[in-house]
Amino acid sequence: MPGRAVKAERQRRPPVSYRAAEASTASVLQAVEAHEPAPEDFTSILGGMPKTQADAPEFFVDLNLDQIVDAVTTGRAEYDLKPFFHVSLHDADAVRFRHEVFQDLEDTRVFEHIVDFANRMRQMRKQLETAEKLRYRYQKERLFLDAASTYCEAVSILLDNLSDAKLHSRGFRAFRNFLEGHIGSNDFIALKDKIAKLYDSLSAVHYCMHIKGGRISVRKAAAEIDYSAEVERSFEKFRRGAVESHLCDIPDYLEMNHIEAAVVDMVAKLYPETFDALDAFFQKHPDFADSRIIGFDREVQFYLSWIEYMRRFATAELPFCYPDVSPSDKAIHSIESFDLALAAKLLTEKAPIVCNDFLLKGPERIFVVTGPNQGGKTTFARMFGQLHFLASLGCPVPGKEARLFLFDRLFTHFEKEEDVANLRGKLEDDLIRIHQVLEQATPGSVVIMNEIFTSTTLHDALFLGRKVMERIMALDLIAVCVTFVDELASLSDKTVSLTSMVDPDNPARRTFKVIRRPADGRSHAMAIARLHGLAYADLKERLKP
Amino acid sequence: MKPLLMYRDRDFDAEAALPWNAEMLVQDLGLIAVFEAMAGKDDLLRDVAKRATLCPLSEPEAILYRQAVLKDCLENPAVVRDLYDLAVKVLGGEKKIGGFFLRYPGSILSRSVQVLEFFVGALRRLRVVADTRSENFASEGFRTFFRVLREELSDDYFAEIQGHLNELKLRDGVLLSAELGHGNKSTNLVLRKPKETERSWWRRLFAERPPTFSYTLHPRDEAGARALSELQDRGINLVANALAQSNDHILSFFRQLRAELAFYVACLNLRERLTEMHEPICFPVPEPLGSRRHSFSELYDIGLALNMDRKAVGNDADADGKCLVVITGANQGGKSTFLRSIGLAQLMLQAGMFVPAVAFQASIFSQVVTHFKREEDVTMRSGKLDEELLRMSEIADRLEPGAIVLFNESFAATNEREGSEIAIQIVDALVEQGYTVFFVTHLYEFAHGLFDRKMPQALFLRAERGADGTRTFRLKEGEPLQTSFGKDLYDRIFKDPYIQGTLQTSLNGGSHERGTAPDRHNSAP
Repeated sequence: MPGRAVKAERQRRPPVSYRAAEASTASVLQAVEAHEPAPEDFTSILGGMPKTQADAPEFFVDLNLDQIVDAVTTGRAEYDLKPFFHVSLHDADAVRFRHEVFQDLEDTRVFEHIVDFANRMRQMRKQLETAEKLRYRYQKERLFLDAASTYCEAVSILLDNLSDAKLHSRGFRAFRNFLEGHIGSNDFIALKDKIAKLYDSLSAVHYCMHIKGGRISVRKAAAEIDYSAEVERSFEKFRRGAVESHLCDIPDYLEMNHIEAAVVDMVAKLYPETFDALDAFFQKHPDFADSRIIGFDREVQFYLSWIEYMRRFATAELPFCYPDVSPSDKAIHSIESFDLALAAKLLTEKAPIVCNDFLLKGPERIFVVTGPNQGGKTTFARMFGQLHFLASLGCPVPGKEARLFLFDRLFTHFEKEEDVANLRGKLEDDLIRIHQVLEQATPGSVVIMNEIFTSTTLHDALFLGRKVMERIMALDLIAVCVTFVDELASLSDKTVSLTSMVDPDNPARRTFKVIRRPADGRSHAMAIARLHGLAYADLKERLKP
Repeated sequence: MKPLLMYRDRDFDAEAALPWNAEMLVQDLGLIAVFEAMAGKDDLLRDVAKRATLCPLSEPEAILYRQAVLKDCLENPAVVRDLYDLAVKVLGGEKKIGGFFLRYPGSILSRSVQVLEFFVGALRRLRVVADTRSENFASEGFRTFFRVLREELSDDYFAEIQGHLNELKLRDGVLLSAELGHGNKSTNLVLRKPKETERSWWRRLFAERPPTFSYTLHPRDEAGARALSELQDRGINLVANALAQSNDHILSFFRQLRAELAFYVACLNLRERLTEMHEPICFPVPEPLGSRRHSFSELYDIGLALNMDRKAVGNDADADGKCLVVITGANQGGKSTFLRSIGLAQLMLQAGMFVPAVAFQASIFSQVVTHFKREEDVTMRSGKLDEELLRMSEIADRLEPGAIVLFNESFAATNEREGSEIAIQIVDALVEQGYTVFFVTHLYEFAHGLFDRKMPQALFLRAERGADGTRTFRLKEGEPLQTSFGKDLYDRIFKDPYIQGTLQTSLNGGSHERGTAPDRHNSAP
C-alpha cells in the first residue's frame, strides 16, 4: 500500500536543520520533532478547535481592519473565512502553532500543493452542485460519480505531494499523518476502486444511433467506417494550407433534452450492468468526503488568503515578519511597520509608503502622539492597533521585526466626526464610552485613543485627558493616545512622546514619519503660511503702504 | 495538387507583400504603362503582373523554368487563354451557388454537395485539355501540370467522388457512432457507414441485429423534433466541414491556377502589343548573382514605346565586368530613358519574362533600387536636398548585398561642387561594397572625377549628338563633357536657325548654364 511506504521512507529522513534567522521558533520545532503527532491528534490546521465569531469586533472599523479583512477574503466567499479573522488568540503557543504553518507554506511548492488541492475541492463542490440541479437520473449520477472521483484524486494527490515536502509545523505534520491514515483506510480504498471500475465500464460504452424522419434507433456499435475520415481522404490531394473552418458552433449544454435522455435510457438498456452499478454507487455513498478533510480545505484558506494578501506588498518591498508575542512582557517594539489598509490603497495609486518604528522599554507604557494634522498620527495609531490584532491571529505582521503584546482585550476610541453639531452630547458620549472601556480593561488590555476631547476647550481637554491618563497608568495599560494636548506627552515616566514630522527643508511637505521627540507645540500651519508669504515679517512688508 | 507553373516547387503568392520600394520603382521606371499593356481590361492580370514583376526571382534556374513555360504559352496562346477562362468561370460560378450564409451543418452539407458537383464538371474539363493538348507543350512546368492532372483526376477518382456525392445526400438517414461524455451525454459523434454498402443497409442492420431500441417522436413534439435535428447536425458537423473544406481547397486550386495563368496571359497581352508596334523581344540570358554580366543590343524603354505607341530607340552596350556605369550628355538625349530601360529589363528578366531588346544578357541582382530626382518636394517639410539624402539613407537601411542602384540626376539640388562631393562619396561606398551603380548625372566634377581615375570596372556613356545638334537618343561610350546640351534644346524650341548658325562655335564648351533643362522656355515669347 503506497501510503505506508511513504511513511516508512519519511521516518528514515535525517533530522531537519533550521535557518539561524528563525531561532525563536526553532526551539519549539525541535520539541515537535521529538514525537510525531498521531493521526487522531489532528483536529484543525488552525490549531485546537478553532473558535469563530460571526460579527467583527468593535474596533474593526476604527482600525480599518474591516478593509483589510475584506481585501484578504475577497474571492474566497465560499470558505466563509471572516469568522476566523474575528477571533484573537490569547496563548503564545497557539500563535506559534500558526506561525509554524505559515512557515511551512513559505515553501512555494507546499503552497502550490495546497492551492492545487483547493482547486480540486472546489471542482468537487461544483460537480455536486450540478448533480443536485440535474433532472435526468443518469446525468445526476454521473456528476455525482465525477465529484467522488475528484475528491479521491484531490486527497491522494495532496498526500503524494506532501509526502515529499519538508514539513516542520505541528499543524501540517499532524494533518499529513491523518491523511495517510484516511487514504490507507479500507473505506477509502474501496471507494477509489469502485470509482475506477465504474469509469472503465462507462468508457467501454460504444453505440450507434440511426436517425431518419422522426425516429431514432440505438444499438451497440459494430465496426462501421468513419465516413468523415473517408471523405477527407478522398480530397486530400487538393489540400493546400489552412482554410477556414466550416464547423458549426452548436451550443452544447450539460443539461440533456428529452431526446438525449431517451437515448441514454436506451443505451442503459444495452449496457444494464454498467448503469445498475452507477445507480448503486449513487445510493450507497451519499457522504463520500471526510468531514475533517472538508474542514482542512476551508481552514487552510485562512493561511493562503493571508499569504496572497502579503504578496501584494512584496512588489513594493514592504517587509512582513513573525512577531514575538507575550501576554506578560510589556517591553514591545517594531521596526519599519506600516498601516496595511493605507499601504494597500497607496500601492494602487503607486504612491510611496512610509514605515514607522516604535519602542516601549522599562516603565514605558503609553505613546502620546502629537504634531501637525495630516502628518500620520492617526495612521500610526491604526498601525499600532493592526499590528497587535494581526499578531493575535497568528499572522505575520507588517514590519522588519516586531515584539508585540498578546492582549486579552483591545479597545479603541476614535472620534466620530459626524457628531459635531451637538457638542455637549458628544463630549458626554465620549466620556461614557471611555468610562466603559476603562471599566472593562485589565492590565492585559491594549487601548488606542485617537483625538479625544477635541470637542471641548483646551482647558477641559487638558483636565479630562489628565484624568483618563491617570486611570490608564494606574491600570498599567499599553496605550496609544493621539492628542492635540501637548501636556499629556510628559505626564510621567510611563508616557513616551511621539510627534509627526515635516520635512525640515520644506515645511509644507509632511514626511509621515512619527518619531520619539518631545512635543514642541510648533504648528505646521505656520510653515505653510510662511510659504504663502503670510509670516509676520513677510506680511508686514507686503502690507506696507 | 498544385499548378506549379510559376515555380518548380511552390505556389506563386498572388498576395505576396511587395518590396519596400515598389512604389518608387513603379514611379521611377514608368511601370504603369507596362502593367496597363499586360492587363488589358482585366484587373486580376494587372495585379498579378505587378506582383510578378516587382518580386524578382534570384536563381537563373527559376528564371529559365518560367521562360520555358512562357515560351509554351507564346506557342499555344489559345489553349492558355482557354485554361485561364475556365479557372475564371469556376471561381465566378461557385459564388453563384446560394446558401453560403447558412450556419447549420445540414445546410452546409447540402450546399457543399452542390458545389462539389459543379467542381467535378470543371475538373473533368481540365482532364480533357490534359488528354488532348499536352503534346504541344514542351516545358517542364506544363508537362508536369498535365501529367498530374491525368494521374490525380483518373476515371476511378471521379467515380469515387461520385460515390460520395450520392452518399452525402443522406437519403437513408444518418448513422452516428457515439460514446458517453461529460454528464453521460452522447459525445464523439462520428458519421458512419456500414462496411457493406447496399441499398437499405440500415433497415437490415436494425431489423436483424438485436438488440436495438427505438424512440419515435410524437407528431406534435416540436421541441423533440428540434432536439433530434440538432443531434443529427452534431453528427454531420464533421463531414460537412470536411466537404466544405475540401471545396475550399479545390476552389483555392482553381484560384491558384487562375493567378499563375494570369501572369502568362498578361505576358501574351504584352507580346501582342509589342508585335503590333514591330518592337522586338527576346528571352534574356540570366547569369548568376555577382557574375557582372551586362550586355545587350537594341535595348529600348518599353514604357516609352507603349506610351508613344511606336517604336522607341534602342541602345547597345557591353558592360560585362563593370559595376559602375556613368551616363552623361545632352539633356533630353535619352539618358533617363536608357536608365529606365536598364531597370525595366532587369525586372522583366528576373520575373522570367521576355525583355524589350534584340539580345540581352545580365547578372541577377538581389534588388533593383532607384534613386531618381523628384520634381517636387512632396513632404514640404525638408528641403529638396534633405529629401534626397533622407531617401538615400532609407535606401541604405534596406539595401541587400548584390543590389543594383539606379541614380537619376541625384544630389543635384545643391551647387555642383557639393553635389559632386556627396555623389562621389556615396558611389565610392556603394561600389566598394560590391553594389552595381548606374548613375545619370550632369554633375561634371563628379562624372569627370570618376573618369579620371580610369577604373577598369567603370563604363562612361554619353548621350549622342549629331553634328547638326540633333539628338539621336542613342548613347555611346565617351568621356563626360563639361556641358550638357541644353543650348541645343533651347535652340530647337526657339527655332532660330540664324542664331544657331552664327553662335554655335562661341557657345560650344562655353559657360552655358549647366544642365538645367530649359524645356519650359517654350512658353517664352
